[in-house]
Amino acid sequence: MLSLQQSMKNIMNWIDARLPVTETYEKHMSKYYAPKNTNFWYLMGVLATVVLVNQLLTGIWLTMSYVPTADGAFASIEYIMRDVNYGWMLRYMHSTGASAFFLVVYLHMFRGLMYGSYQKPRELVWIIGMVIFVALMAEGFLGYLLPWGNMSFWAGQVIVSLAGAVPIVGDGLATWVRGDFNISGITLNRFFALHVVLVPMLLLVLVFLHIVALHEVGSNNPDGIDIKKNTDEQGKPLDGIPFHPYLTLGHDLPAIVAFFFIFSIVMFYFPDGGGYLIEAPNYEKANPLKTPDLIAPVWYYTPFYSMLRAATFPFLGLDAKFWGLVVMAGAIFLPAVLPWLDRSKVKSIRYKGLASKVFLAVFVVAFFILGYLGVQHPTPLKTFIAQICTAIYFSYFLLMPWYTAAEKTKKVPDRVQMR
Amino acid sequence: MLISSIGAYLDIFARDVLGLDEIKLDDSRRKFLLGATSLVGVAGVAGLATPFVGSWQPGAKALAAGAPVKIDISKLAEGEMLGPIPAWRDKPIFVIRRTQELLDQLNSKNERLADPNSERLQQPEYAKNETRSIRPEILVLVGLCTHLSCAPKFRPQIQAEQFDQEWIGGFFCPCHGSKFDMAGRVYLGVPAPSNLEVPPHYYEDDGILVIGEDEKGMV
Repeated sequence: MLSLQQSMKNIMNWIDARLPVTETYEKHMSKYYAPKNTNFWYLMGVLATVVLVNQLLTGIWLTMSYVPTADGAFASIEYIMRDVNYGWMLRYMHSTGASAFFLVVYLHMFRGLMYGSYQKPRELVWIIGMVIFVALMAEGFLGYLLPWGNMSFWAGQVIVSLAGAVPIVGDGLATWVRGDFNISGITLNRFFALHVVLVPMLLLVLVFLHIVALHEVGSNNPDGIDIKKNTDEQGKPLDGIPFHPYLTLGHDLPAIVAFFFIFSIVMFYFPDGGGYLIEAPNYEKANPLKTPDLIAPVWYYTPFYSMLRAATFPFLGLDAKFWGLVVMAGAIFLPAVLPWLDRSKVKSIRYKGLASKVFLAVFVVAFFILGYLGVQHPTPLKTFIAQICTAIYFSYFLLMPWYTAAEKTKKVPDRVQMR
Repeated sequence: MLISSIGAYLDIFARDVLGLDEIKLDDSRRKFLLGATSLVGVAGVAGLATPFVGSWQPGAKALAAGAPVKIDISKLAEGEMLGPIPAWRDKPIFVIRRTQELLDQLNSKNERLADPNSERLQQPEYAKNETRSIRPEILVLVGLCTHLSCAPKFRPQIQAEQFDQEWIGGFFCPCHGSKFDMAGRVYLGVPAPSNLEVPPHYYEDDGILVIGEDEKGMV
């Protein structure tokens, strides 16, 4: 009689001859060598994946009770909150998850800026990541309309009107997106379809590509040193450790536990996040005749929203409104070309010169200020500050070819530094 | 011309991508067939896209909701605004009876306006005048800021406001700080690009205002 072990092996052999399960597992898990000097910043990718799963699961469960019509949507949210068993929890997991998603993605992107993760050979990893970011922004915006609260309505109104800023075809484009002359149940219904089917499918495909591309070139690390350069006789990187079990159980699992600990505190005790995660006007049903006193997007859009409204003067015969759209779109897409803006010989901020450090620090401060201004009433002074910060945001990218080429960099060691 | 250039690309595609170098693609009949089928294919894709793209246009229900609406303005007091009322195409409509004081001030600071003479097509021809209205005192506007479609606030008092020290009455958009005067004309240096829209309208009789249609008929 065959031993259990032997029969398991036979089964795996049978499967592997038909589907490359073991090969894939080894390539991406047990024989995928990740740098051993990765730090806190390298946990955000796996956390983003965990949040994605959270959003998919809770999202599917929410659709079971949600009604995507102008008459039914707002009431169905109340129904989920009050009558559906654990409905409140599923909804708060989803709404807190949306903010958590952006938080970890912003930290993930900042890591890329800091350690030059976008540089050769990771350009495609970075670009696919940027596409994920844009898809994520779209997903968040589409989902924000669904509760059909008053802020949902007016946020939708403002952002769809952006399409109207495109010269000539703008108004027709906005009407086409809405399916109506104003935001209505028709818009709500199609946003629902996009939010729960189209964009999530896109996101899954993109995340898959992001990971496949990453595993092809290997992870960067805080020193920006290519670990494939120093290998032992068997070709294993000396500065690398197998992703599984060392990083999965050693780094990622504790991080996920800690993350859910913080996540739970927010979800159970501060689900509204003081009005920043779920805004007060959204406890009132959508009213096309009553604009909230302050239309402020959820915190994760505020830096870009500030840049949108920082454009207040016409230029080249085109409206300020159009330039607002251009500035915002530019701010979102510009990071995608970073691999070709950075002329530095080194990847990591540890070995870059003073200019790169100053520019990155000022950039981060400007981004925070823009984020703060985005939830404030516009005044001439605040608009002026937003214009300055917008200029800083763009200079970080557009001046990069010069300051990275001119500055004096430090010598990069051969092996990664454990610190 | 088009077909032959498509054919040339197909040659390269077949040779370098599909690896069909053993097939002689200089055969003109094959070239023609490849070009012709490609064109038909492109037309097919365009045809297939039509229902998906077209389906997003406003349907019959949305169009029906855009029918003209009649409003009784006989009880509208001086200096007051009726609305916002849902009217034309489900958009909030402002109807205002301006006081003589507001009308006197109306064109006193035109140098602060972006388009004081209403040159841009934001109103029907019959509202392209100093008051942007058919009757001098009655102002009819679509109550959506031309910046990003927030609803501007009605601020009819002639007094120093937080957002403007020399305010002569008008509309202030709280979202992004755009300012409009008592004829819905936009100020200079604000994000909104153009004057507030005046919808097509006419007076059926003294007290009945019809919005969404003018005397020539429905828009």
